[in-house]
Amino acid sequence: MIPELGHYALILALAVAIVQGTLPFVGAARGDIRLMALGRSAALTQAFLVIGAFLALTQAYVTSDFSVANVVANSHSAKPLIYKISGVWGNHEGSMLLWALILSLFGAAVALFGNNLPDSLRARVLGVQALIGVGFLAFILFTSNPFERVSPAPPDGNGLNPLLQDPGLAFHPPMLYLGYVGFSVTYAFAIAALLEGRVDAAWARWVRPWTLAAWCFLTCGIALGSWWSYYILGWGGFWFWDPVENASLMPWLAGTALLHSAIVVEKRDALKSWTVLLAILAFSLSLLGTFLVRSGVLTSVHAFATDPARGIFILGFLLLVTGGGLALYAWQAPKLAGGGLFQPISREGGLILNNLLLCTLAATVLLGTLYPLFLDLTTGNKVSVGPPFFNVTFVPICAPLFAALCVGPFLNWKRAELWPALVRLRAAFAVSAIAAIIAGVAVDGRATLAAIAFGFGVWLIAGSLTEFLGRVRRGRLATMPRSAIGMSISHTALGFVVLGAVATAAWNHELIRTMRIGDTAAFAGLGVRLDSVVPLQGPNYVAERASITLTRDGRFFTTLTPERRLFTVQQRQLAETSIHTNLLRDIYGTLGEGDAAKGWTVRLYWNPLAPWIWLGAGLCAFGGFVSLSDRRLRIGAPRRSRATVQVAE
Amino acid sequence: MRSFAALRTTIMLLLALVTPALAVEPSEMLKDPALEARAREIGRALRCVVCQNQAVDDSNAEVAHDMRRAVRERLAAGDSDRQVMDFMVARYGDYVLLKPPFKSDTWLLWLGGPLVLLLAGSALLLAARKRKLEPPPAPLTDEERARLSALLGERKP
Amino acid sequence: MNRFLFVLPLLTLAILAGFFGWSLLSGRDPASIGSVMVGRSAPTLPGQLGEGLIKAGKPVLVNFFASWCAPCLAEHPMFERLKSREGATIIGIAWKDKPEATRAWLQRLGDPFTRLGFDQDGKIALDWGLSGVPETYLIDAQGIVRLHFRGPITERDLGTILPLLRGGS
Repeated sequence: MIPELGHYALILALAVAIVQGTLPFVGAARGDIRLMALGRSAALTQAFLVIGAFLALTQAYVTSDFSVANVVANSHSAKPLIYKISGVWGNHEGSMLLWALILSLFGAAVALFGNNLPDSLRARVLGVQALIGVGFLAFILFTSNPFERVSPAPPDGNGLNPLLQDPGLAFHPPMLYLGYVGFSVTYAFAIAALLEGRVDAAWARWVRPWTLAAWCFLTCGIALGSWWSYYILGWGGFWFWDPVENASLMPWLAGTALLHSAIVVEKRDALKSWTVLLAILAFSLSLLGTFLVRSGVLTSVHAFATDPARGIFILGFLLLVTGGGLALYAWQAPKLAGGGLFQPISREGGLILNNLLLCTLAATVLLGTLYPLFLDLTTGNKVSVGPPFFNVTFVPICAPLFAALCVGPFLNWKRAELWPALVRLRAAFAVSAIAAIIAGVAVDGRATLAAIAFGFGVWLIAGSLTEFLGRVRRGRLATMPRSAIGMSISHTALGFVVLGAVATAAWNHELIRTMRIGDTAAFAGLGVRLDSVVPLQGPNYVAERASITLTRDGRFFTTLTPERRLFTVQQRQLAETSIHTNLLRDIYGTLGEGDAAKGWTVRLYWNPLAPWIWLGAGLCAFGGFVSLSDRRLRIGAPRRSRATVQVAE
Repeated sequence: MRSFAALRTTIMLLLALVTPALAVEPSEMLKDPALEARAREIGRALRCVVCQNQAVDDSNAEVAHDMRRAVRERLAAGDSDRQVMDFMVARYGDYVLLKPPFKSDTWLLWLGGPLVLLLAGSALLLAARKRKLEPPPAPLTDEERARLSALLGERKP
Repeated sequence: MNRFLFVLPLLTLAILAGFFGWSLLSGRDPASIGSVMVGRSAPTLPGQLGEGLIKAGKPVLVNFFASWCAPCLAEHPMFERLKSREGATIIGIAWKDKPEATRAWLQRLGDPFTRLGFDQDGKIALDWGLSGVPETYLIDAQGIVRLHFRGPITERDLGTILPLLRGGS
């Protein structure tokens, strides 16, 4: 009964979305207040219905209702509760429902918190938001219904992919979708602005909190995914340039560019049409990622079970959303008057350079991801584009970006002098140069490029702190807007990410050895002894757990307890790594195959600064949230108050 | 204790059933650390041909294991890194390289990013030159400067 | 020029979408890795395995298989048929298989192979650019690889195999 109710709620939601996607536009065109107001109540109703549908599916999972095909295919009664819940979105149908849920929640949020938007703008934003919702709901109902029943109901389910039975991955998709879908609001604002033919500082202010929120969630989502692959794949890699990872990186890069260009619109009334384009692209790239993951045009470790019919549907949808948006853009954007003038060397100029480089990075990732497809189709030749390619194409473009990142905040709006800014950064430059030299000479004499990259990481931290401390010294801390504090935090955090990534990739140590019980080895200045390997019975797996004692100077240091798990339902083996961290380095252990006679394969890795990658990413997102809490940016706070904006800065 | 032993046997049997191993195994590794380091470097640059975007070094597929062993055999026989790569390309094509070679059909891949940067960058520079702003205002005269500092001084509390 | 810049994103999308549509409708298999063996002379087989068969004026099929491999079981009748109806010369190479298991498997299902080789450590396979089992190569009378199938041979594949097999003999 409940699954049918969920299905019914979803159908109703589609009907409501159709109303919400049409009448408010009519209202906005005619100036009819009642029709415009309809958007608000429709958005709330739609969210209510989709929440109902989502809860219905969750209920089927939690109670292991195996008369629902989706539950049979992706769940099992012996699974721990948390993975029964995360199983809801651990599959294609459920994850689409989660997507629709988040979309409708964002719609409801605009309806609730958008009171200060002009009526017509809000009506149009909600209308666009609803049209996207129509696409997703129709996609779910017509190609991927999660509520389909099976008869007779099997006694138990097939279980969830063991790789997904992990706390890191349970919350990775919701975070990621909050990011992807959050950009739909940005997109809706861009389309509404194009329809209204007006983009101004107020618009930039209204969009900014939504962009920021989406960007923060996306940052967290990407970081969670990277962290997960770090500890689950068993050898400490954290980024693989897999198409699915790239699919999340592209909207992140576009979103980051958008965050920066929107500042120029807000403060200087310039870069308008470019910012609108980025707003369209950020969401389009999110959709592109969905298409790539679910259509089967590319292979990926993480891809869902694919289906060409779904591929065609998503492609059609992608074309409607992106094509519609870009067509409207081509038609309307030339009419947006350019705003304030500025010199190339200025804050605006710096932000344009930022956008240029971020977009080049996004283009590099896009080209690298899709090139094998292009080449195969046009010539039949097969190529692979993997980490070594991106290391030599993506990373070098980061260098000027990072170099300029610290200088930009020192430049004045409109017209600035480069030299004084550089002089103020001389200490930061000296520190990072020394760090690079120490890294190059003392840590590892062969890894010159890594040493330089390390220097860049230090530069990001030192440069951002110089700017922050400069403000503090001038006694501006009390009046410093939260957005500026957030910027300093995020920029500094990026430096930590760079340091972590460089150090882990370049200066790790490893020990790969076959060990019997009682065997000892030396590793990175530590003594290693395999004490025991014992069998273990988990809720839905069996395992062997090793106990590896590490000693320093003969004294006990720590014990690592990696496991090798076999998930009985799927017959899949997984290594459960054991990590000892002191936030400056990880000691990372895994247990491979073996037995008492031959010994077990034991792998130990010493990953310097590895935790900084995810702490940095988390801090980066935190900076975004700090910025989001800025009073001036609070959702809907300003009501067409352009005059005060310009005085404030 | 009996049940424990039974559990142990069952678990060991179950674990033995499934496909083994995570990437590079101790039995595969070369004694010479310098050669082994080169082998690892090559293994990271080769794609496992039956996996999805995994390097030979990170894969537990049978064929990846064979490729790792072949890499080490070639290196031990005195091949250069380049020769080992060519050995693999001769068998599996450019597909096996995670960094595609620069060729007539991959130049766009390699130059696409820089091209975007170059085109967009020069377009921006041209636009900036064309705009050339209004000429910068003439520097303040001494008299104006004096008045300004006086005014500013007045406002300071 | 300026106008063009505003249309550029739409154009880019059109090109991308064209490729995606093409890819979806062409039925392209994204997991296909292609083969560089086709058009080259066949790699040498160790010992006597290929002697007097390859480059001996008659096309030869080389099939890598294993007794533990389910798709090999599925394609096995195809080779039986090629052997009995076409009198095809087929070299079977058991990949990563225990010889006694291979022999028992062939005894049970029938042995279509003119000669049987064993590649327990996968070294022959590597020279042939093999990615797994089953894979099948068709080598023409001059010793050039003409076809390379990754995965089991199906009824449809016979359509491409037979003309080359017959034409060459």
